[in-house]
Amino acid sequence: MKAPIALLVLVAAASLQAQVTFDRVLNADREPQNWLSYSRTLDNQRFSPLTQITPANAKDLQLEWVWQSRSLEKFEATALVVDGVLYTVQAPNDVVALDAVTGRVYWTFTYQPAAEARSCCGRVNRGLAILGDTLFMGTLDAHLLAIDARSGQLIWNTTVADAKARYVITHSPLVVRDKVIIGTAGGDGPIRGLIAAFDVKTGKEIWRFHTIPGPGEPGNDTWSGNSWMTGGVGVWNAGAYDPETNLAFWGTGNPSPGMDGRSRLGDNLYSDCVVALDVDTGKLKWYYQFTPHDEMDYDSTQVPLLADITFRGKPRKVMLWANRNGLMYVLDRATGEFLLGKPYVKVNWMDGFDQKGRPQRVPGMVPGPTPTLIQPHVHGASNWAPPSFSPRTGLFYVAHWENSGWYAAQGRFGRPPGVNTRQTGMGQVNLVPFFNNEDETYGVVRAYDPNTLDPKWEYRMTDITWGGVLTTAGDVLFGGGREGYFLALDARTGQLLWKASVGGQINAGPMSYSVGGRQYVSVAAGSALFTYALR
Amino acid sequence: MRTATAVLLFLAAGLFGAGGSLTAQHETADIEAGSRAFRTTCANCHGPDGDQVAGIDLGRGRFRRPYSDQELAAIIRNGIPNTPMPPTTTSEEQATNIVAYLRSLVEARRGVSVVAGDVGRGRLIFEGRGACATCHRVNGIGSRLGPDLSAIGQDRRSAELEQSVLDPGAEILATNRFYRVVTKDGVTVTGRLLNHDTFTVQMLDSKERLQSFVKSDVREHGFVGTPMPSSRGTLSPQETADVISYLVSLKGAVR
Repeated sequence: MKAPIALLVLVAAASLQAQVTFDRVLNADREPQNWLSYSRTLDNQRFSPLTQITPANAKDLQLEWVWQSRSLEKFEATALVVDGVLYTVQAPNDVVALDAVTGRVYWTFTYQPAAEARSCCGRVNRGLAILGDTLFMGTLDAHLLAIDARSGQLIWNTTVADAKARYVITHSPLVVRDKVIIGTAGGDGPIRGLIAAFDVKTGKEIWRFHTIPGPGEPGNDTWSGNSWMTGGVGVWNAGAYDPETNLAFWGTGNPSPGMDGRSRLGDNLYSDCVVALDVDTGKLKWYYQFTPHDEMDYDSTQVPLLADITFRGKPRKVMLWANRNGLMYVLDRATGEFLLGKPYVKVNWMDGFDQKGRPQRVPGMVPGPTPTLIQPHVHGASNWAPPSFSPRTGLFYVAHWENSGWYAAQGRFGRPPGVNTRQTGMGQVNLVPFFNNEDETYGVVRAYDPNTLDPKWEYRMTDITWGGVLTTAGDVLFGGGREGYFLALDARTGQLLWKASVGGQINAGPMSYSVGGRQYVSVAAGSALFTYALR
Repeated sequence: MRTATAVLLFLAAGLFGAGGSLTAQHETADIEAGSRAFRTTCANCHGPDGDQVAGIDLGRGRFRRPYSDQELAAIIRNGIPNTPMPPTTTSEEQATNIVAYLRSLVEARRGVSVVAGDVGRGRLIFEGRGACATCHRVNGIGSRLGPDLSAIGQDRRSAELEQSVLDPGAEILATNRFYRVVTKDGVTVTGRLLNHDTFTVQMLDSKERLQSFVKSDVREHGFVGTPMPSSRGTLSPQETADVISYLVSLKGAVR
């Protein structure tokens, strides 16, 4: 059959567009215009090398476009941008491809999670991964999908875990070479959490790591009786990857039942840990447990942030971690060695570390028959919102909240006599009135020195924040929170440079990209995506 | 592999309207509504061509016995007791539309010849001499420029597929339209239209890139006809039937 000659010629050239190889994902600094993974780079620094927006001109930022999602769920996803195309998730599990300059829609992939899918804290999704021409997304009913990035067509659909057994997926997958790796949430219920790797081409499972060791495995004896079988320990935030050690890292969630540890005596490994897994085999190389035998629901599902810093006068490859339990850490990322840890907010459940970095508990500061004021709040000092590290300033930036606390009671969420802890609750879509005084909590963005974990500056907000932070090579920090202001701060001083009222809560981390030499900065707020550039 | 069902080769161009032979008492809109209702209500058991139940071929008007329109509509709604034909939840209007659709199929078949197709040969032609994969994708192989055909046998009847192969321009879904842009520096970009508005246009271009243009920034822009050529004159009736048989066999298995 003679096809039109022109058409054949055009189609023959179809492969000219560069695919997103793993080399591109791993070396994302070579293409500062793009944002190829959840935090742009696999060390999760959420730092953009773009320099167009600076403290001097940030006042000239203007709204370029808004994309309104067809969702009433919180918008927690960080978008990807690949060569001018922006991909993001319409909660719970639709994927959209937008023109990154105009915000207009190329295609929408729709996915309806199974009716039995139940999440604890919103039908949310935090983002995608990409490799080649394929996008990857975990779903609320614990499936992993591969979607054609050019057409929006489904390529494969793999069941990771059983949604009927309350397994859920909400975080962005991690792609390393030929594997796409994902963990399962649902750890407030009676699951046994896991992280699993799948073949990027076929969706076939390659390895599986259970976050609770089985009988005969090291650590199983940290669970009394059969509590290991239903001990929770979900994984619901992005992982990091270190190519030098071929290790990938995830934070793990709380043990279940969350507020009453009497049925699961022991340290409950690997709950509230960071686990370091060999990417090829899924074998555990090391772990560090932030909160042994947690009864305060202090999930350690923060985003692992890897940085190469000068620590105590010597170059050191570290992991920086601002934990939900109110403690901040510097760990050696090759070995898991505890290098430094200290409270970064008001903490009353521990009063120091032993030599190996195990927190020393304060007697009685656990949920008991009588409600006890425990600080920080159950939702933490920081929760899942992504932090940032600027190699230019050498500072670790965290959005969190101060002076929070709650009355913890054995087996249940206590009501708050005296202290208004209700308003340190979950993020929502819409703005809500706020009544707390600063003794009851307030939100901050702080810049910490990784050598001392002391704050260098603070930008204070009235309400708390569930929004992440972004820093750029222009030395600008972008962030925001429940108040619904998108903020630009001077990354060196914390001075407010610019703000935009976006009319909804910010529950995501900002990101930045460029097209045609123009830098954009984008953030999800309410149920929409807002994108700004210099006028 | 030879398909069990003979594939009809249309000599006339159109399924709906083009031949002007639809039954007068049914509006085209009714028939199209009936087509949609048929796919969701009937095709699971009867197949997209209506010929999957032994002894019955709905697309050719072959029933257990002759039925009036009213009798057929009643069967669609109430089923046939003591047979696998169950009652359905279709409304009276929907059942009437399905009947209109089935009658239209019989009308549209008047004056056609029958050629048996071969799935294996059809695939070879599709991927080889027919050059179909230069625009179409099947199970992850081929271009994304044209419609993905991985499940086309689930979505379309053989007669509809045949019309598309013989007369591609006769009926094109709005989501499959093509668009052309000429930039101010004279570069022509053609592709499948994904979206457009007063100010911008989005398309999947012929290099399978997602492209967006601001209309005021380009020299020319507008719709163009389908780039798909007719098989007439390039494929024999037998080869065309083979390709159709291959397309009918594509049921959309996701890898």
